Amino acid sequence: MHTLAINGLNVWFSTEDGPLHALKDVSFDIGQKRIVGIVGESGCGKSTLINAILGLLADNGRIESGSILFEDTDDLVRLSSRALRDLRGPRISTVFQDPMGALNPVISVGRQMINIQYRSPKSKAEKTARAVEMLKLVRIPDPEDALDRYPHQFSGGMKQRIAIAMALMMEPALLIADEPTTALDATLEVTTIELLRDLQTQIGCSVLFISHHLGVIAELCDDVVVMYAGEVVEKGTVRQVFNDPRHPYTARLLECDPARQKERTRTLPTIPGEIPDLRRRPRGCVFAPRCAQRHTGCDQPQSAIALSDGHTARCNLAASEDPAETPA
Amino acid sequence: MNEPVLRVQDVQVSFPVGGFGRRGSILGVAGVSFEVNRGETFALVGESGSGKTTLARAINGLQSISTGSIEFDAQRIDGLGKREMQPIRRRMSMMFQDPVGSLSPRMTVGDLVTEPFRIHGTDGKNLEAETARLLSLVGLPTSFASRFPHQLSGGQARRVGVARALALDPALVIADEPTAGLDVSVQGEVLNLLNEPRERLGLAMVIITHNLHVVHHVADRVAVMYLGRFVEAGDTADVFERPRHPYTAALLSANPEPDPDKAQDRISLPAEVPSLLSRPSGCEFHTRCPWVQARCRTEAPSANLAVHFTACHTPLAPGARPPMQEATS
Repeated sequence: MHTLAINGLNVWFSTEDGPLHALKDVSFDIGQKRIVGIVGESGCGKSTLINAILGLLADNGRIESGSILFEDTDDLVRLSSRALRDLRGPRISTVFQDPMGALNPVISVGRQMINIQYRSPKSKAEKTARAVEMLKLVRIPDPEDALDRYPHQFSGGMKQRIAIAMALMMEPALLIADEPTTALDATLEVTTIELLRDLQTQIGCSVLFISHHLGVIAELCDDVVVMYAGEVVEKGTVRQVFNDPRHPYTARLLECDPARQKERTRTLPTIPGEIPDLRRRPRGCVFAPRCAQRHTGCDQPQSAIALSDGHTARCNLAASEDPAETPA
Repeated sequence: MNEPVLRVQDVQVSFPVGGFGRRGSILGVAGVSFEVNRGETFALVGESGSGKTTLARAINGLQSISTGSIEFDAQRIDGLGKREMQPIRRRMSMMFQDPVGSLSPRMTVGDLVTEPFRIHGTDGKNLEAETARLLSLVGLPTSFASRFPHQLSGGQARRVGVARALALDPALVIADEPTAGLDVSVQGEVLNLLNEPRERLGLAMVIITHNLHVVHHVADRVAVMYLGRFVEAGDTADVFERPRHPYTAALLSANPEPDPDKAQDRISLPAEVPSLLSRPSGCEFHTRCPWVQARCRTEAPSANLAVHFTACHTPLAPGARPPMQEATS
């Protein structure tokens, strides 16, 4: 069973300058109790993907084809907005980058934590106890006192932990975490991801974790999906993708991380060029205009090539000896 | 000897707090000194709330200081009025944290990159030619001049920010989190753009970031801030190779590496950052320090200004591990 199975998802937006193909043939699974990371440059469709899963696409966006199967039963694409609303929160919950945006500044933390249990038949005392229990789990000191305090009385790291506690309160099957540690500093970032992993093990939920911090992905996630210009260009386990990238984009992205440059260098590596205009997608490989290994075969549409055991890459060179090697 | 571009001495910034009879003040920056030379990049690292941004704002005159002095180009600039500060800002530019938010939404990219000329006088420069020059400098096509900030990606907005900061060929750029929220390849582009005038014109930089991998590559010297003070400062390579202050060691060990097979050997810090309203006694890091001793609770470590500065009673030996790590974690 998969917690989430996305198959052939295509999302279009209508814009003043014509239709924009934001997500193209996106397919990947989130297994039970797996933490799946999504990496990619800004504009690669990470947020559109989340909104498509949650049924919160903007008015000018529509899912043209594909399915998003939740727990093998509900297709989120076809579900009524009412049924979707019942899933969001108790079954699928989210944590965003900015914890302040998730917490109401004028309501005490305790009241907010009780309010979000409104679907639960429990008594108020039980709900309060549950709130205290969750605050304890996310290591907020003096959880009983914390209930009476307001969001501004907590530090940034604590606020994000409270947001995580609220997201996991109803023990969802899927937690979507959109850059939850980007606004935090190194030490807090590490504490937060360690906490996320502990809680995920305890609650037994699956996590879709979005980040552009490759180090955090490598440390936290089981599987990784690499997106570029609205397409999944490579996916596999973290070890498969980080140790043996088969798509030139993945290989370049990993090279660009200053953490991978062991020697000190003043000039950092980059990927020359820009993401293509999604209103005018190239007919062939979407990465070809920026790719150092471009050849005539790249003018044809690329399909995902299966490598080993769940590792796929959308590049016609993926199966060759060493595709990541830049030709001399 | 090379005259430093920027000299900051014993700077303190205090903020009033309270009200209803409970008046007091907190020190956002609690006595900080450093110098930045021509062509040098100085990095400030530390947790949020450690005073990095306040210090940057104080240098730029956006925040008044309560004690200490700031010299820029051998001229004292703290306490200058808005009008007196204007010619200084021509040679000292600032890049703010939020790339899109720091651009006026109603101005085009062309207007934005030439705004510095309109504020500081054009010197007979052809603004259209300057727009083209600046856009090509940061690798944006000239057609972008007519775009508005909301039509830019985060990376493109950052590049416009770089163009604005470099428009008047400043002697010093203060960049507050220049790469936060950017992807690794765009991050590299932005840092390379800043590196070019450093090599060519001897631009000095103060970079505030919490990305330690970036600091490792681009900074010549680094200072680690905790509760508004420097706990360690020195040559970047030296600090990274052998941190002497426990906080620096913890910060460096907390840096996630993009390698799934790398064994994580972390120094975990217990408890939360103390409030500036009630600073801990003695060494202010003692509440979280794994190496804490009786003396640290009462006696503040002296701040000596050696080449490699460490505010700690017992600076760490190379590769030191916390004594109680197993028991506490």
